Amino acid sequence: MTGEFLAFFILSLLTIGGAVFMISFTRVVHMVISLGITFISIAGLFVLLGAEFVGVAQVLVYSGAISILMLFGIMLTKHNASDEGTGRSWKNIFSLVFVAGLFGLMFWGIQKTVWTAPPEGAAAQTASVKQLGVEIFTKYVIPFELVSVLLLVALVGAIIMAKKEGDSE
Amino acid sequence: MSVNITSYLLVALILFCVGLYGALTKRNAVIVLLSIELMLNAVNINLVAFAKYGLFPAVTGQIFTLFTMTVAAAEVAVGLAILIALYRNKETVNVDEMDSMKR
Repeated sequence: MTGEFLAFFILSLLTIGGAVFMISFTRVVHMVISLGITFISIAGLFVLLGAEFVGVAQVLVYSGAISILMLFGIMLTKHNASDEGTGRSWKNIFSLVFVAGLFGLMFWGIQKTVWTAPPEGAAAQTASVKQLGVEIFTKYVIPFELVSVLLLVALVGAIIMAKKEGDSE
Repeated sequence: MSVNITSYLLVALILFCVGLYGALTKRNAVIVLLSIELMLNAVNINLVAFAKYGLFPAVTGQIFTLFTMTVAAAEVAVGLAILIALYRNKETVNVDEMDSMKR
């Protein structure tokens, strides 16, 4: 029982617990809060995997921006909406069977595959924020610029779509 | 007991399945969007896990995770804008009632 295993156990328990509570809650606001716990725990898992920058970005983007945006979406549509799932039970059962089948298949595949461990010392040289920045701005500079264009397009598109129709100014 | 790649893959698998079930069964469109975010996050865990424990450890997995996060943020912004425009016209966020293209 090492410290890494303990941290992994607690973080994965929080992650899966938040997701399962998201499914079982009925109030929409409670669902968003419980998914916020999941997002923060996933950031902890990233830090545990040696990806500190990705973990911080996860806290900023998911726990900060996306959860708050979702709360705004709820406030602007229905304040105290509740969601009891679909009324038709056959659809629920079919979805459950489909998801359980997918889970079983993937579980079998993961357990059956022999995962070869990386050579010793190979992992140590990849875990630095400096190397992440160097790679982004040399090898992946064109996808990086394209992503910034994508963000600009999404910003303009979201503003245009959310604007009131007939508002010409 | 030590943590290996199988543990991370199993956590990501459970998260993906929960997200898929939520996206298929929930009726509120905001929650459907949130379930899709959960599925994207599960894939991010896989990418970062392979960046450390894969056969060839490299920083590429983390870079792809950053790109995925950016695309997810753009998707949420556009999706919520569509949702609010739809709510203004139809007064509903229930995905079962968004069937004007079927009629």
